[in-house]
Amino acid sequence: MKSRTIKVDYLARVEGEGGLFVKIKNRTVVDVIFNIFEPPRFFEAFLRGRNFTEAPDITARICGICPVAYQMSSVHAMEYALGVKVDGQLRALRRLLYCGEWIESHILHIYLLHAPDFLGYEDAIRMAKDYPDAVKNALRLKKIGNELMILLGGREIHPINVKVGGFYKVPAKKELENHLDDLKWARDAAIDTVKLVSTFNFPDFEQDYEFVALRHPDEYPLCEGRLVSNKGVDIPIPDYEKHFEERHVEHSTSLHSVIRARGAYHVGPLARYNLNFDRLPQSAQQAARDVKLATPCNNPFKSIIVRAVETVFACEEAIRIINEYEMPEHPAIEIQPRAGVGYGCSEAPRGTLYHRYRIDDKGKITDAKIVPPTSQNQKIIESDLWEFVQKNMALSNEKLTWLCEQAVRNYDPCISCSCHFLKLHIERE
Amino acid sequence: MGNRRKPRLAVWKFASCDGCQLSLLDCEDELLAVAGEVEIANFPEASRAIIGRSYDISLVEGSITTPHDAERIHKVRRASGILITIGACATSGGIQALRNFKDVKEFTSIVYASPQYIETLNKSTPITDHISVDFQLNGCPINKYQLVEVLSAYLNGRKPNIPSYSTCIECKLKGNVCVMVAHGTPCLGPVTHAGCGSICPAYNRGCYGCFGPKETPNTAALSWQWKKLGINDENLVRAFRGFNANADAFRKESEAHEK
Repeated sequence: MKSRTIKVDYLARVEGEGGLFVKIKNRTVVDVIFNIFEPPRFFEAFLRGRNFTEAPDITARICGICPVAYQMSSVHAMEYALGVKVDGQLRALRRLLYCGEWIESHILHIYLLHAPDFLGYEDAIRMAKDYPDAVKNALRLKKIGNELMILLGGREIHPINVKVGGFYKVPAKKELENHLDDLKWARDAAIDTVKLVSTFNFPDFEQDYEFVALRHPDEYPLCEGRLVSNKGVDIPIPDYEKHFEERHVEHSTSLHSVIRARGAYHVGPLARYNLNFDRLPQSAQQAARDVKLATPCNNPFKSIIVRAVETVFACEEAIRIINEYEMPEHPAIEIQPRAGVGYGCSEAPRGTLYHRYRIDDKGKITDAKIVPPTSQNQKIIESDLWEFVQKNMALSNEKLTWLCEQAVRNYDPCISCSCHFLKLHIERE
Repeated sequence: MGNRRKPRLAVWKFASCDGCQLSLLDCEDELLAVAGEVEIANFPEASRAIIGRSYDISLVEGSITTPHDAERIHKVRRASGILITIGACATSGGIQALRNFKDVKEFTSIVYASPQYIETLNKSTPITDHISVDFQLNGCPINKYQLVEVLSAYLNGRKPNIPSYSTCIECKLKGNVCVMVAHGTPCLGPVTHAGCGSICPAYNRGCYGCFGPKETPNTAALSWQWKKLGINDENLVRAFRGFNANADAFRKESEAHEK
């Protein structure tokens, strides 16, 4: 009996601490563990007793790469509980801030974390020696996203300007218009990025996924809409927990999410793109068509192209919002605490992020639940690895290990987030 | 010069959000220059490559919260020349140190269905509680320009120029209107370490102390001022119990208002 193990103790180029373990017996995969050993930080526990106003600042600290996602999901959940709706220019500014995070996070993942796999480099800095212009353009693109976050949020990591009800301070139109030239350059650079990454070699690997994402009547989804899937889910956000549940598995400090009726599902760029292609602006749709990106796209390795298409969207959306902006009279709407339960979902760059809070009549949080995108994707990541290793059994351990790492990076996993996620270890017997 | 090996840089993660090490990748204008001065020898968030077993400069992010990490940090110390902690988690225990004031078993059962799978310590502690540290950089998150300053100082054998005065000084230098004096907005600026560029007051909100205590803070006097603005003990406890809850000065002040 011949056995083999593929093992990565500390997965690189992801956010947080995790590993991978694949066991092969007689040329059959018998076990796959996507192991999250990120230490638990207990956010849902220490949110209890805090004031509702603190949720956006505290939950931002779950993740340094997508703090705006946490801020957006939390403020929407709180506003639901408090019976208020933030609309008009304040809502538009929230989308604009989120566009900044999408640009920054997607470009970080495309060029600094994922492209080196396709081009055979250990990292982007070594890649920069052979692709200096691509890396320089990437850094400029990333900076343009970060600059939007600095203007609207005060800083790019853990912005300080988001509050339940709106913002502490809103920018003047001129301050936003200063970003227009950069954003137009960024949109064109994003279109070039779509072309560049579409020339990479993609493993022939397609899966029959259930994709889940928000869908909005007329926008590409960021903060609002119904939760939909390609296999029948179509629910309002407050029904999330009726259809999805988290299970605690032994090898992980993260919780695995499943659809109660069917099991594993897939959130993130591929899901959003497949479910919302018709909501993308013309330029983003055209960029996808020009490189013959299928809809639906069922190859997770091609998520890098979708991230580039979504970056085109984020730049277009930012330009649109700035052009239509009129400075609101008040930076936030007044809020009075009241008892209630609130639900919020937003589309973090790496997928749907769900928050639910219960607050008492003084505005104190009595219960909190947070379901990050990576814990929702964890089962799909394991099943991808299972199928991928089975299909590519003939490869050497070294090659297979790198490709397994790449297969995990397809999901841009955010391990700090999911820890409430990675080591790769392939064992062949 | 030509033959001299470039100093090796390592970045280590403990319990944290990754934001502080991301600050290095967020140095879009400086990243390639920094990468030209050092050999990035162990930085898993950015690279698969691991070069060598010892490092001239180590940046440590995160706090110690598990028995395994309490041992790992000693290995990091032994493998490192200069060791610099980056961010509130590493310098004070971070937001996860809120467990230090509660029963961690109860916390585990709130978040996890099967608490027996979770191995965690009762307290989240800063790196200095475990090993000696050469320099500590405050902030939740750190300021990336301060990070570049600290790196370039150590690369050039000089002391980092990181002032330990209060956020108030930065505010005055920036020409902000004082939110506490002018609007009666409670602000932790007078007791908080400078470094963020006094962003909150510039956005019309009070400082919430994410850079931790300044050198010799008078927290009691600030609490007295807050009370004059109508802030009660319960809210004072919450104010000092934020992203640097376990920093000595903030911990003591929060405890003084807890009955």
